[in-house]
Amino acid sequence: MALFGAGGSPAVCSSLYILDSNLKTLLMRDWRGDTNPSMVERFVSIVNNAESESELKPIIYDDEIQTSFTYIRHRDLYFLALTRTNANAVALLTFLHRLVDIFTHYFKELKEESIRDNFVIIYELLDEVMDNGYPQFTEAKILSEFITVGAHELQAPKAPMAVTNAVSWRSEGLRYQKNEVFLDVVESCNCVVNANGQIVNSEVNGALRMRTQLSGMPECKLGLNDKVMLQAQNKSTRGKSVELEDIKFHQCVRLARFESDRTISFIPPDGQFDLMNYRITTPVKPLIWVEAKVTRPSRSRVEYSVKLRTQFKSRLNATGIEVKLPVPGDATTPEVKAALGSVTYAPEQEAMLWKIKTVPGEKVVEMRAKFSLPSVSALEDDGPRQKKPPVMVKFEVPYFTVSGVQVRFLKVIEKSGYQALPWVRYITKAGTYEFRLDHQSS
Amino acid sequence: MSGGDARYFTSYKKGEIAEWRNEINNPDRDKKKGAVKKVIAAMTVGKDVSMLFTDVVNCMQTGDVEMKKLVYLYLINYAKNQPDLAILAVNTFVKKDTQDPNPLIRALAVRTMGCIRVDKITEYLCDPLQRALDEDPYVRKTAAICVAKLFDINAELVRDRGFLHQLHDLLADSNPMVVANAVAALSEVQHSSSSGIENFTLASDTVHKLLAALNECTEWGQVFILDSISSYSPQNERQAESIIERVTPRLQHANCAVVLSAAKVLISQLEGVRNSDAVSHAVRKLAPPLVTLLSAESEIQYVALRNINLIIQRYPDVLQDEIKVFFCKYNDPAFVKQEKLETMVKLASQENIEQVLLEFKEYATEVDVEFVRKSVRAIGRCAVSIADSAERCIGVLLELIKTKVNYVVQEAIVVIRDIFRRYPDRYEGVIGALCDSLDSLDEPEAKASMVWIIGEYADRIDNAEDLMDVFLETFSDEAVDVQLQLLTATVKLFLKKPSSGPQNLIQKVLHQATSDTDDPDLRDRAYVYWRLLSSDPEAAKEVVLASKPMMSNDRAYLDLEALQQLLRQVSTLSSVYYKIPSAFAPRSTNIINGVNLDETMSSDLADSANKKGAENSASASLSPTPGVDMLADLNDGFEAAAKQSASANLDSFAAFPESPGTFLTRPSSSQASNPSSGAFAKSTLPSSRRPVLLSEHASSGLRISGSIVSRGDGMPYYDFLISNLTQKPLTGFQFQFNKNFFMLAPEQQPDDGMISPGESKSCMIPLSYLGTSAGGKASLLLQVAVKSPLQNDAIFYFNDQIPLEAILQPAAEMGFELFTEIWQSIRMVDKCTKRLDVSWPLSGASIEGALAKLENNKFNTVSLKSNDDAHVAFVMGKIMLAKSEEYILLQITFAIGTGAIDAACRSRVEGISDLTLLAVHRLMS
Repeated sequence: MALFGAGGSPAVCSSLYILDSNLKTLLMRDWRGDTNPSMVERFVSIVNNAESESELKPIIYDDEIQTSFTYIRHRDLYFLALTRTNANAVALLTFLHRLVDIFTHYFKELKEESIRDNFVIIYELLDEVMDNGYPQFTEAKILSEFITVGAHELQAPKAPMAVTNAVSWRSEGLRYQKNEVFLDVVESCNCVVNANGQIVNSEVNGALRMRTQLSGMPECKLGLNDKVMLQAQNKSTRGKSVELEDIKFHQCVRLARFESDRTISFIPPDGQFDLMNYRITTPVKPLIWVEAKVTRPSRSRVEYSVKLRTQFKSRLNATGIEVKLPVPGDATTPEVKAALGSVTYAPEQEAMLWKIKTVPGEKVVEMRAKFSLPSVSALEDDGPRQKKPPVMVKFEVPYFTVSGVQVRFLKVIEKSGYQALPWVRYITKAGTYEFRLDHQSS
Repeated sequence: MSGGDARYFTSYKKGEIAEWRNEINNPDRDKKKGAVKKVIAAMTVGKDVSMLFTDVVNCMQTGDVEMKKLVYLYLINYAKNQPDLAILAVNTFVKKDTQDPNPLIRALAVRTMGCIRVDKITEYLCDPLQRALDEDPYVRKTAAICVAKLFDINAELVRDRGFLHQLHDLLADSNPMVVANAVAALSEVQHSSSSGIENFTLASDTVHKLLAALNECTEWGQVFILDSISSYSPQNERQAESIIERVTPRLQHANCAVVLSAAKVLISQLEGVRNSDAVSHAVRKLAPPLVTLLSAESEIQYVALRNINLIIQRYPDVLQDEIKVFFCKYNDPAFVKQEKLETMVKLASQENIEQVLLEFKEYATEVDVEFVRKSVRAIGRCAVSIADSAERCIGVLLELIKTKVNYVVQEAIVVIRDIFRRYPDRYEGVIGALCDSLDSLDEPEAKASMVWIIGEYADRIDNAEDLMDVFLETFSDEAVDVQLQLLTATVKLFLKKPSSGPQNLIQKVLHQATSDTDDPDLRDRAYVYWRLLSSDPEAAKEVVLASKPMMSNDRAYLDLEALQQLLRQVSTLSSVYYKIPSAFAPRSTNIINGVNLDETMSSDLADSANKKGAENSASASLSPTPGVDMLADLNDGFEAAAKQSASANLDSFAAFPESPGTFLTRPSSSQASNPSSGAFAKSTLPSSRRPVLLSEHASSGLRISGSIVSRGDGMPYYDFLISNLTQKPLTGFQFQFNKNFFMLAPEQQPDDGMISPGESKSCMIPLSYLGTSAGGKASLLLQVAVKSPLQNDAIFYFNDQIPLEAILQPAAEMGFELFTEIWQSIRMVDKCTKRLDVSWPLSGASIEGALAKLENNKFNTVSLKSNDDAHVAFVMGKIMLAKSEEYILLQITFAIGTGAIDAACRSRVEGISDLTLLAVHRLMS
């Protein structure tokens, strides 16, 4: 009964290559010595020979050299890992994304130039975040305490305790004049609605986004009005309580503790992080409803009639609304009439953008638009199929959560005994918010 | 922040190497460092700067960490090319850096040392590594990994220096990071070691320690630990449940890798849990985290979906109510959309089909042709898999055909062909609509499908003749697939409507297919039809118009055995490719030599499963049978004979039914060629077929042959033929059995009939299941003692093998559902897979013949399914064991093409699977 049998090697990759938009290697690091740069050429030819982008999967196996290519893209960069074992694919992909996070933390903007401009420190980082193909330590904030640009001349830095501590995400000895915690409850609504007005899918992804400025090693405890949580702690469920479908915690939260009595207790990292994410699938009425009618009164005309309805309490406001309506790429001479906000035609996106600063709840706003179409192309059936994107909507509703999640308390206890001020904000915004259009009638 | 390092990349010109060399050797620190950076920059863009080795390595002794790191980086890159010079660096490593007061430097040195893959210097590394293994935790965690690196370079050295034991001790380290890296290093060692010396059998308390470390260590450490626990076989159900309980909280982790590795542990440990409440409780916990993975980055979503598509084959209920989250969003990448489609097909049911079809229809209007095709195909797959939805699906397909979008129409026609195959004679009404789009067909598969439909329904399509005529005009231009279909369809048309028009067509097509083609398949098939039609049109009808085997589920379910293997690989590349690891990941030790042993060893699931089966059966047949106390004085020879007979019984059994008139060689006797065996003609019973159990040489003239048989009612009998080769009459025999696994015992003794010298008599002794159990692993060995009172009360011993079929119970009917349920519920207890060394002719009749052979022996065929590659029979048998019934389940795969037969067997009774497969092999031979 071997413990380490079928699991195989824990290495997630043999080497990492950072490629530019032309698939030229900018930088590489080889950890295990069983791959070589000529293998990357094969990857390049696979990508170049793909007939369409849709053929390319994020994990590609090359039979001939028995090597797996796993890659992610960030702007014009490719982060490509070569693997020759049955690696943990999710760990590898998560690691690659984490690398992008670290580099972004270091260089603010991560692009081709920033790789070239920082190759020394990137090599240093790659040496620290992975050893022999095993991911090691990927806390950007802590890394930047001992791997810094040009600070080595005088004295060698020490590895912070955090690197090997159980609390690997926070350094000791932090000091703030004013101890504060900012907590944003951000919910993003995903919603897909069919052309006939039927809601296909609707879900809410929530995040508790925290920013801490706390001295020392503070113990925090968070209370929410989660139904299961309240029940588990034998608290009365007076007032509104909500049921969260699935909760994910930042690694600082003690999971075993949460599992046993639903207490969210943690020592927070310094600065900004997502304390927890959650999901709700109970059907909720979409906050904003869009009805778009597209008609073709003649071959050379297309007309839009759009109604936007806010379906929440009138004392709340939706802000930063943007409705993106697909328009044929060859449309010209827009004529627009909007009761509120401004409409711009963005031919490069094959869309018009209707932007409104603020709309209060329980209101209906309308907009009409007309375009001319070249009469020739309107007839052609055999041409390439037109893209038929849905209407996409963006908005925010401040001071409100769809789920009704509320922070009941946030206790901060530190041995020096200071008082910390928690600031809590609520906001709901659109995630993937799509209204499909009826294309048959157009 | 910006390093401004880009400037080091600039000027590459002639003489730069010499210039850099000068700068490196410049005493000015900044100049020196700048030059090293230039060298590294050149290295980064792939320029060879190895000639500066000595100069760069000389910079190693510096207090500047950045500089040191650059030099190390250089060293890692070029040490292999300059092994002799690399030794130069060793001194600095060993004497200085690995003894630096700063743990960061010590760790850096240890880490780098391990990356210099030069055999010569490994020896120098041992002492520093030894020191590093019990130092500061940061150094220790680095040293743990260094052991794995060193093992890869020189395994012998690592073993000799006892590093592996130290690594093992680190599993109990107080620092969780160290524990995690030790786990990682040990997994690696285990993985790359082929000798098996590194088989650490871990006590369950080590697992316990690892579980405790789980709460404390970094997210990556958690992944290492979870992955290694997932391959641990729990000692019992309670342990499995407790591991599940300890791991479940990890499903709440923000890191997707932790979540899916935790899911893997749950799934693998669930194999050891029989309590169905506990299973469904754990499975319920799995659903929300799996769904949440769809909020991760799209590449991770892709891997998650590939895994979800495996998991729902095993636990179909887990996401049954969540189908909506798998609906595609407009901006999902293509690789995500295609996997979501697959999930939707698998989760589609009578309840949600309306909504799912609406989605598919929506997707069929998108621009990505590949995705559109898959969506259309998905509609067909739902129709084939969910009988009640077929009509709705056809409706949607017809709507899509009306769009006249070329590739949608063609795909729809292919799909409708499958629906016709699945539900013959039910939807011919739509043929008219299909014929409207004949002109737009230009893809071979669509054309072939259409032609197939016309041929199949030739008698109901009024103008079938005209349609075929049109198609045949371009016969010679068509792809071979279409030509084959045209040929067959014309024959069908002719057989269904034997009038002059079709007759002309058939002549035309036969002529073209035999004389104007280069394709041997086409020509051969045409000749076959031709001969058939000209010699016996009725026979042709029977052949060509025969009813076809049913096509059932089209959800691309993996076979159960393969699924089980892949579920153990959740989250790994294996679960992305749907291939077992050995099929794509070479072992690390082989890569270095450029030899890939695995390629020849095993490349697909069936092969490796076979191998495993073979090993199992080998070990089973060689294990001695315990518990021989009843026949107290069994001597060594007896034991040896038992073993020998067990291992050789396959061959002997396989031979005997086909060879009437000759006595069979029993391995326990040397009687094979006994010339006198035929002399006892007095006995006219079919006794001569009975194998000799006790030879007259071993027992002063008493010969017993016989075997255990079953008589209808399910009870076994011993069918003996006792021959008296002594000089006196014999009587009063008494039989006794040793403890045996199936607890067989003689229910009564033979009557007191006298057997005269030279005479043979047969007798049937009924057997009961009331004997004493031998326990242990299932074994068919039966040790029998017979007392012959008239031979001075002598006791003779012989061994026999119980034919498995003799002790099978008459099997009740079993539904496929129940079969699957039981099959899946039996996980670790006993399973075995084997390629049966029997080939079968490629026709359905012989499969049925083979199954009939099993059925005559009280096996029961639960279901027979077919796909393109194989016919799969699901067979069950039932045995009595300690007064309770136990099932034996078999999955027999008849591969189309190769004619190979693979069988997998599962049972709750340990060891029975091997025996069953041997029996099945014998019965089918």
